[in-house]
Amino acid sequence: MSKILILGATSDMSRATAEKFAQNNHDLILAARNVSRLTHFQNDLSLRFEIEVILAEFDAENKKSHPEFARKFKEVEVVLVFFGYLGSQHLAEKNWKETHRIIDVNYVGAVSIVGIFAQYFKERSQGIIIGISSIAGDRGKQSNYIYGSAKAGFSIYLQGLRNRMYPYNVHIATIKPGFTKTKMTEGSKFPSLLTAKSHTIAKAIYKAYRKKRNIVYTPTIWKLIMGIICSIPESAFKKLKM
Amino acid sequence: MPWVSNWGRYPKIKAEISTPTFKNESISLIQSKNQIINRGLGRSYGDASLGKEILSTVKLNNIIEFNKQKGSIRCEAGVSLEKILNFIVPKGWFLPVTPGTKFITVGGAIASNIHGKNHHKEGCFSDHLIDFDIILEDGQLLHCSRTENADLFEASCGGLGLTGMIVTARFYLKPIETTFIRQTTLCTKGLEEVFYVFEKNQHANYSVAWIDCLQKGKKLGKGVMLLGEHALSDQLPSKIKKPFQLHTSPKVNLPILFFDQVLNPWSVKTYNHLYYKNKKKEKKERILHYNSYFYPLDNFKNWNKFYGKKGLLQYQFVLPIANSFQGLKLILKKIEKSGLDPYLAVLKLMGSQRELMAFPMKGYTLALDFPIKKGVFKLLEELDAMVHDLGGRIYLAKDARMSAHWLLKGYPLIYEFMNIVQKYNPSMGFRSHLGERLGIFKDYQEKMILNV
Repeated sequence: MSKILILGATSDMSRATAEKFAQNNHDLILAARNVSRLTHFQNDLSLRFEIEVILAEFDAENKKSHPEFARKFKEVEVVLVFFGYLGSQHLAEKNWKETHRIIDVNYVGAVSIVGIFAQYFKERSQGIIIGISSIAGDRGKQSNYIYGSAKAGFSIYLQGLRNRMYPYNVHIATIKPGFTKTKMTEGSKFPSLLTAKSHTIAKAIYKAYRKKRNIVYTPTIWKLIMGIICSIPESAFKKLKM
Repeated sequence: MPWVSNWGRYPKIKAEISTPTFKNESISLIQSKNQIINRGLGRSYGDASLGKEILSTVKLNNIIEFNKQKGSIRCEAGVSLEKILNFIVPKGWFLPVTPGTKFITVGGAIASNIHGKNHHKEGCFSDHLIDFDIILEDGQLLHCSRTENADLFEASCGGLGLTGMIVTARFYLKPIETTFIRQTTLCTKGLEEVFYVFEKNQHANYSVAWIDCLQKGKKLGKGVMLLGEHALSDQLPSKIKKPFQLHTSPKVNLPILFFDQVLNPWSVKTYNHLYYKNKKKEKKERILHYNSYFYPLDNFKNWNKFYGKKGLLQYQFVLPIANSFQGLKLILKKIEKSGLDPYLAVLKLMGSQRELMAFPMKGYTLALDFPIKKGVFKLLEELDAMVHDLGGRIYLAKDARMSAHWLLKGYPLIYEFMNIVQKYNPSMGFRSHLGERLGIFKDYQEKMILNV
């Protein structure tokens, strides 16, 4: 079974996804900042699913460390990019540091590490990269456009990469989760019917991997919702409070 | 802030819930709050794990270590018994003690010091517990066992979460040859016969009796006794090909509460009649899966919703053996006279238990499910007086309404317990709604002032 590298493995969504892959007998490399926090999780997965689980320190913001990190794990066949930083839109409007961090983690850091793995995969003519983007990147709105613009950039990057890598048998998938009940969104008010649980997202990600899907909205209803939102004329959209 | 309630859906409390994923997060959370109470899957019936500030352990749910030689397992406090079963059953192990549902956490099993159908033989969960790590109110992490911080170890078993937050625990498992139970069914005509059958079958590993509470007069206590043993591999009928089979997930999920009228004296009477008749027809000895023997109600994901909007009260008490027969007769008659029928009644013979806050004692325990309606609270208050006058006590993990008046009578070692709580948590930072209701913190401090 192919070996999976999970970048940003401490989030609820990524842990649920790690479990899903573990269930299907994949060995895992869990990478994150302060990765020792995941020791118990590592034990849990390797005990229950009898797989190999390795922990690796990884910092998306420290781009200088990325080439060496990637070299160490270049034998992996699948890379999942989960890390992200929601930050505070409110704070970012007045504070460059916050704005920069949102862009740096969600776009620059992601592009940096994905680019290196894409090169390795291209040389081998094999590999899958799954990037977790966001519906927030589909249309800019006042409540989260800084995070949204970084995710939009990431989505477009993945799209271009998918196009470039197609002849080399390297597949790129873009996952766009809707509202999800996770640690990152704690405190946000979401309509409960539209709010998914981490394991629903994990299932969709695993399916996207198996079926080599290109762009996946999860839960699927979000494809429809975003279709409607994106079709609102800008002249009307700019007046909405969203 | 959301409204939170436990399995009985009463009381409902507005609470702030925090759900840490890592040990260090739990530590800083506890340090940042003046008071907090731990909560697992919310399967205690009343308010034991409710409070204004709740620390939910459900994301601390990793299995950490499994020792095949010793048959022990170490896991985080939020791991459910279901997850443990999924892991250990295929390897030929089982839980040493289990309640009537597998949807509880290990932390809850310790804090409520749960018992099962084998209490008379194998004791409570604490009897199989090896050690645990606990976070105190100041964020300090302590390791506790029978030899290390032994007072805190003992106080935490049945300590209702007031001693600290357990992060990881290690306990022994029980080896099994198959995942099946050899069940013996005995139908009894009245209370006297139930007692006779219990005492005659003390050697049975598991024993429990279902009582039809809607029977009156001579038939009072008519019921069905279910004895159980783990089936050995050579006892399985040939049609069972695999000796180790896991349970299946819940089959029925009740999404909403529109069932107010589903359970009523008529439907329950009919059900009881059919159940008894069915059991009488059933083969006296049969082999069934552990899921059907231990967790029949787990097939209905939200069976508590059957009891309607107002919720249910489970009333579980134990009476000392000498007063059990007469006492139970008096209590059942009292309930009969009140006209408030409990819908489910489960009787069990218990052994003794040593912890400070232990519920079990040598004697009989009866658990009754009452739907909340007019008169129930008053009836249960009257029963409280009877139970305590007979030398018995109420199981606090199921309680939602007992008055502080009875606490010391039922749990005479409560002050010793509180001394230990305060030794490790000077500001008594782990506080639950139950603790406040039973006046544990207030009365304790008043007593300390008097002593000074």
